[in-house]
Amino acid sequence: MIKLKLERTPAPMWSKALIPIVAVVVTFIITSLLIILADANPFTAYYNFIVVPLSSKFSALEVLVKATPLIFTGLAVTFAFASGYYNIGAEGQLYAGAVAAAWVGATFTNLPAIAAVPLELVLGFIAGMLWALIPALLKIKLKVDEVVTTLLMNSIIMYFISALLNGPWRDPETGWPKSPEFFEAARFAQLIPKSRLHIGFIIAMVLVLIVYVVLKKTPLGLQMRAVGASKVGAQFAGINVNRTMLIAALVSGGIAGLAGVSEIAGIHYHLISELSGSYGYTGIIVATLGGLNPIGSTIAALFIGLIDTGSQTVSRVLGVPVYLGDVVQSTLLLVTLGMLLLQNYRIKRQ
Amino acid sequence: MGDFVIDLIAATLRIATPLIFATLGELFCERAGVLNLGIEGTMFWGAFVGFAGASLTGSLWLGILLALIGGMLSGFLMSILSVRLGVNQHVSGLGITLLMTALSLFGFRLIFGENRVLPSIAPFQQLNLFPNSAILGPIFSQYTLTYIAIFLIPVVSWILYRTTFGLNIRSVGDNPEATDAAGINVYRLRTIALVIGGGLMAVGGAYLSVAQLGSFTFGIVAGRGWVCIALIIFANWQPLKVLWGSLLFGGVQALQSRLQLTGIKLPYELFLSLPYIVTILALTLAGRNVSAPAALLKPYKRE
Repeated sequence: MIKLKLERTPAPMWSKALIPIVAVVVTFIITSLLIILADANPFTAYYNFIVVPLSSKFSALEVLVKATPLIFTGLAVTFAFASGYYNIGAEGQLYAGAVAAAWVGATFTNLPAIAAVPLELVLGFIAGMLWALIPALLKIKLKVDEVVTTLLMNSIIMYFISALLNGPWRDPETGWPKSPEFFEAARFAQLIPKSRLHIGFIIAMVLVLIVYVVLKKTPLGLQMRAVGASKVGAQFAGINVNRTMLIAALVSGGIAGLAGVSEIAGIHYHLISELSGSYGYTGIIVATLGGLNPIGSTIAALFIGLIDTGSQTVSRVLGVPVYLGDVVQSTLLLVTLGMLLLQNYRIKRQ
Repeated sequence: MGDFVIDLIAATLRIATPLIFATLGELFCERAGVLNLGIEGTMFWGAFVGFAGASLTGSLWLGILLALIGGMLSGFLMSILSVRLGVNQHVSGLGITLLMTALSLFGFRLIFGENRVLPSIAPFQQLNLFPNSAILGPIFSQYTLTYIAIFLIPVVSWILYRTTFGLNIRSVGDNPEATDAAGINVYRLRTIALVIGGGLMAVGGAYLSVAQLGSFTFGIVAGRGWVCIALIIFANWQPLKVLWGSLLFGGVQALQSRLQLTGIKLPYELFLSLPYIVTILALTLAGRNVSAPAALLKPYKRE
């Protein structure tokens, strides 16, 4: 009998690029079991998932609409994770940004768009940073695990928003828990008539470039990646680890805040407690699939946007529950995580 | 006033029940060195499997049993990722939460379709231990699962501190290298801890659907899993303190909902966010002194 054993060897470069593709295939094979359970043909289902949304202009634009918040949150998570700071709080920081934008959108009704939109973005960024500040300080001053604190901050802001929407911001006419509607000039301009695509997408794209340059081409980016690779090593190399992590945490919070600004000023025009469809958490999927690389995470965001749009098509055409999209996304995350580690192993004859 | 207090105590026990189950589950995982952020999704999954199981088989207890098994599978999946493969515990745990939530939503739609009327079952009856007492009667009119939850606390405490199995669990959580050197299989023990933990979390979730509500709603767990993560820290990783933490949380929540009914104007959101705020404060004050298992969050790699 041939004896086999697993042996640890460093992964070759090509396997890094191959992983997301193989992960997608493996995920589709696993989730096709659920499609069969729902009495549908997996091939027809995946055709509707992947191809149909891209075959009409309207739904192709909708993919970009759905990807926009994920590009932001994916970048936010990438920025933090790349420097070894596990910010799980993008969801809460997103809402903080949205609250700031909602305040601008309901208050400064005389501002022209050229002033209102930048004000929303700046205040949204700051609000996201502030919501990220407490966990970041606790981490660097007291070594308190940031995962638990950022996670708890997500729950806290939801109650804060509930208090706002059931209190001072309750709609005075309808009594619904939603904030006053944005005035016209505070809304993001539409990019293409009769589609929901707005300038938030362009802002996201610019941000991708900025984050890429910062991470890959600046001393700060080098320090961040060094800290991410090994805190002890970075310390020895003379890098101020605490300062680097603080910057990463706060900028990450700010970018997540921009996701909230983009969703509220581009799509909803008022604050509601269902503003985010878990975009903060999905950002973790996006960043992981993208290999903590800004470009990779953008591609991943577009792919998840496609799955989001496709799951609605699949549900409409084949009657498969729309939540199949969520199952595919989370399975993809777990499969990718597993494969990222498995690539370091080879099966050898003993 | 007396009735108000009696009612308050009874409600506190009802609210604390799912927290006790799930926190004890998380305790097993964390004492073995694995932070299981899959708790929120596993509770949701338990609520779904329990409800679907009970309504398809017609037996409430069979529903609870299926939820237990379903939760153990969820814990096993977590163990493959975080123990066998050594994936970062934060990300794999959140991944489990996302997956179990998605699977539950998918399964619910698949089995029950899109109904205008929420599907429901006749939930568990409450069991009155003191039918002849005016005070103890109402307080101890609880679901059997509540009595089981309270009974579990000394049991878990006994397992963790008085059995070899518990000693091994604690030692893989504190010093896996030394435990391995002593000839104990770290991977296997952590896997068992996660499987037990997942089962308890899911029963906590199933309590919500099968005992308390008699139906399954998409907001049924509503962050209770994260409360449990907070309670563990609050309880300093000790089973007996889990009881006090859960009762305190249950009490605050029962109090605020009753005060709200009386029309007293209170920012109830502040009350609901208290456990989170208190936990962050506790972490701040305790800083590095919290007695978390030493190897928590560290994947074990046998070289």
